[in-house]
Amino acid sequence: MLKIFSALVAGIIFGMGLVLSQMVNPNKVIKFLDITGQWDPSLMFVLGGAVLTTMIAYRFIFSRSKPVFDDDFHLPTLLQIDRQLLIGAVLFGVGWGVIGYCPGPAVASLGFGVEEPLIVVISMLAGMLFYRAMV
Amino acid sequence: MENFTPYLSLAGGVLIGISASILMYLNGRIAGISGIVAGSFNAPSFEEKAWRLAFVVGLVLGGAIFMHFFPITITPRENMSTALLVLGGLVIGVGTAMGSGCTSGHGICGISRFSLRSLVATATFLLSGIITVYVFKQMTGG
Repeated sequence: MLKIFSALVAGIIFGMGLVLSQMVNPNKVIKFLDITGQWDPSLMFVLGGAVLTTMIAYRFIFSRSKPVFDDDFHLPTLLQIDRQLLIGAVLFGVGWGVIGYCPGPAVASLGFGVEEPLIVVISMLAGMLFYRAMV
Repeated sequence: MENFTPYLSLAGGVLIGISASILMYLNGRIAGISGIVAGSFNAPSFEEKAWRLAFVVGLVLGGAIFMHFFPITITPRENMSTALLVLGGLVIGVGTAMGSGCTSGHGICGISRFSLRSLVATATFLLSGIITVYVFKQMTGG
């Protein structure tokens, strides 16, 4: 139960951060990727702020033997830079560049009462299930 | 550069970082949205499914609450068709499942734990996104 509650709290804070940083604004995201146009570098600061905060916190967190509500840290075990990783990242970048939403902001925008994120999230879920069915 | 918002963006980034830190400190989990969502389909236990869904519900709630009190203007797009949104969403779904992550999992959590895989993935999707926006702009004459 505690694990579920802490995930809810983490989700709420994450969602607030996505709105405050305007990652939920696809126009701004596309302007960030548009380096040959009217480039808006703001999102570099989102990534920078998030990475810096997480990097410092992880240092302390990983010096513990385990998380508070679990027996182990669940970290990715894959280490290889393989074709799947690269093709997947290229595909994700294409989708991101065309519509201006990545998964987090699309989900966090579901409560805004606009149509775009809902279409994106449903299609994204379909894409995930499709890939799962293929492999 | 008239819409450059470094301080708000930085503050938002710090909030995202705090969230990622809480999830690792308390639950030992990576705050990667595509991974959390995709993993909810075949979660091996009720608790596993529940925390993933709770995070997603929190994401929607946090976004909606913040938007309610500090609304930001998102100008509706005229050149964005439903077909394009569907196609984009599908490609993102396949790509993040295949590449095991998105902006949050690779870009924030992965880089923060010095994962070479995540660094390569992040550089790749950033570059791919930049090229896509450039090509798309040429195609649509924008």
